[in-house]
Amino acid sequence: MAAGYDYEEAPGTYDDANRQDVGYDPNFVPDSVKSFVVHLYRHIREKNVYEIHQMYEISFQTLSDRLFKDTPWPSVDAVAHYVDNDQVFCLLYREMWFRHLYARLSPTLKQRIDSWDNYCSLFQVVLHRVVNMQLPNQWLWDMVDEFVYQFQSFCQYRAKMKNKTEQEIALLRQFDQAWNVYGVLNYLQAFVEKSNIIQILEQEKEGGEQFTATDGYDYSGGSNVLKVLGYFSMVGLLRVHCLLGDYQTGLKCLLPIDISQQGVYTSVIGSHIATIYHYGFANLMMRRYVEAIHEFNKILLYIYKTKQYHQKSPQYEQILKKNEQMYALLAICLSLCPQVKLVEETVNSQLREKYGEKMARMQRYDDEAFAIYDELFSYACPKFITPSAPSFEEPLVNYNQDAYRLQLKLFLYEVKQQQLLSGVRTFLKVYSTISLGKLANYMEVDETTLRSILLTYKHKTHAVDSDGKIISNADLDFYIDDDMIHVVESKSVKRYGDYFLRQIVKLEGVITDMDRIKLE
Amino acid sequence: MGKETPKQQQQVSYTVEQLVAVNPYNPDIVPELENYVNEQVSSQTYSLDANLCLLRLYQFEPERMSTQIVARILVKALMAMPAPDFSLCLFLIPERVQMEEQFKTLIVLSHYLETGRFRQFWDEAAKSRHIVEAVPGFEQAIQAYAIHVLSLTYQKIPRSVLAEAINIEGLSLDKFLEHQAANSGWILEKGHVRGQLIVLPRNEFNHPELKKSATETVPLEHITRIFPILG
Repeated sequence: MAAGYDYEEAPGTYDDANRQDVGYDPNFVPDSVKSFVVHLYRHIREKNVYEIHQMYEISFQTLSDRLFKDTPWPSVDAVAHYVDNDQVFCLLYREMWFRHLYARLSPTLKQRIDSWDNYCSLFQVVLHRVVNMQLPNQWLWDMVDEFVYQFQSFCQYRAKMKNKTEQEIALLRQFDQAWNVYGVLNYLQAFVEKSNIIQILEQEKEGGEQFTATDGYDYSGGSNVLKVLGYFSMVGLLRVHCLLGDYQTGLKCLLPIDISQQGVYTSVIGSHIATIYHYGFANLMMRRYVEAIHEFNKILLYIYKTKQYHQKSPQYEQILKKNEQMYALLAICLSLCPQVKLVEETVNSQLREKYGEKMARMQRYDDEAFAIYDELFSYACPKFITPSAPSFEEPLVNYNQDAYRLQLKLFLYEVKQQQLLSGVRTFLKVYSTISLGKLANYMEVDETTLRSILLTYKHKTHAVDSDGKIISNADLDFYIDDDMIHVVESKSVKRYGDYFLRQIVKLEGVITDMDRIKLE
Repeated sequence: MGKETPKQQQQVSYTVEQLVAVNPYNPDIVPELENYVNEQVSSQTYSLDANLCLLRLYQFEPERMSTQIVARILVKALMAMPAPDFSLCLFLIPERVQMEEQFKTLIVLSHYLETGRFRQFWDEAAKSRHIVEAVPGFEQAIQAYAIHVLSLTYQKIPRSVLAEAINIEGLSLDKFLEHQAANSGWILEKGHVRGQLIVLPRNEFNHPELKKSATETVPLEHITRIFPILG
């Protein structure tokens, strides 16, 4: 396992409750908080989405930084009477309360369980009652994102059985439904189903529905909450399946979203990045390198152009982190599938800067190369989980690394199988035809082994796509005629069609502008 | 299970596929999914999604895992090559289970197929008859995969290389070649120094000139965007 792999979270032991209590009075409500909840409550009732967004994104952050740097916000009981004890608002407030806790402090086991209960209550309301709110997409995305994150965090926490106290074990046994994998998956699935989002997206293609066009918002007096939660839950499902190692199903869950277009998933930067990161990673594990490279390239270019606008946002750090991770994944993809022409210039130069040297070493496929593959994979991969309940029998062990170790092992196994291909590429670049005997000589193997190596090259560079078709991702290809190898270099054809279309539209725009100018 | 009419069997698998699509995160469907695996084996059908669903449920409740069922799923996945189904299944099987003898063997078999080592594959498969003979259609599926990879690679292939890859020799091979020549467009060339040469059907992978250059075509939807301008 690579050194420096940050897999450990800060431990949330039972004693943390005391640490939190120092200087914290859950019932003390500063005036600014009172004002915050009163205004937020009003805006939600009046469906002022813009104001809600400002308060949620900016005011909450500012107050957190100023007053609650390392303590929780006031308890929901303390603020409830300012907001008519409104049940739904209290659930929303608690959701934010726990999110703040997870971000700034370490949750205790009891708090983790309470947060789960809160999500259950909140989700039940949305799923089974008629909800009249319109909430900003940022908030709705954060709910799904945080829900999956807390699940992942709980699995990591639960898998470290070694130093658990008696009380913790008792609580785990008692509340075995909390953050149960069935519960998590079924909630996400319920959102997708109850919102009818898949049918809505289908009908939208035929012009029957309006969803993407309004960014998911409902302008006919209804609520966007269920629909948008259903939409984001598809990304949530992709994420959970990646954490479990089920890449095929993960991609299937995302299928109704067309990632070649803008959509509601691009309306929130966090959602955009999470979608493409997991999509790309899943494709990498399924050996669809070209697809992964294609998507990583697009998003990395997008982040490069737009990250300056997010510098003040609370998501900025996460954006940067995911950016770095995707460069690492791109480096891996390009080392396994050298198709540099798929990468845009700006992205390529960033890539060279960060990983140029490492990529050169990875392509040598020696021991050092495997260490680098290990390092990059470990740095960039999702935090895989073991979803099953722990064994409470002695001796108690930590098994939180098991899932990650398995995925890493299988990934490196695949890399090893491709070990000899780099040598083949080097020779194919130099010859247009060469006999099997000669090449076998140069590569210092016998002819039978060479035939196997060439078959491996063909098999590994011709992936099966989602429709079952064979797609070649070989930059350099060949065919064999009896005992002669004929090398074929794939020509990169310039996309004239696209270029002309763009220029036509541009010129039309210029002409229209000129027409508007009145000459005196 | 008794003798089921084909129609009844079809109804059962329709229901399982529906279950997997509509209610996959449900521990109660494990027995049905296990039955479905056995049905895939006996009726020579295959469903990756249903099998992944079962492997996931095993992941959620490891005490319920049946290694026999898992082994059958892996053999079926092997038969689906060149699709990467085998590794997709392995991602969901705990490491300690993969250390068991029968799974180590299956992983070795997969390794040989992934790296084009057909001679070694058939030798190892012969040693593990109990695993592979339990699944009807195994031999044919692997032979189909072998021919697939050979067709990506060769325009003309020596008889001996083909024979080793599909594990057929002598008169059986003659019969096989005649059948392929009659039905799949194979051409048998005789009279070469080192024996018979087989000309495999032309495709875009062994005949690069046949490759349709996708970048030269412009989709109609893109052209419709400029109709107002052209119009």
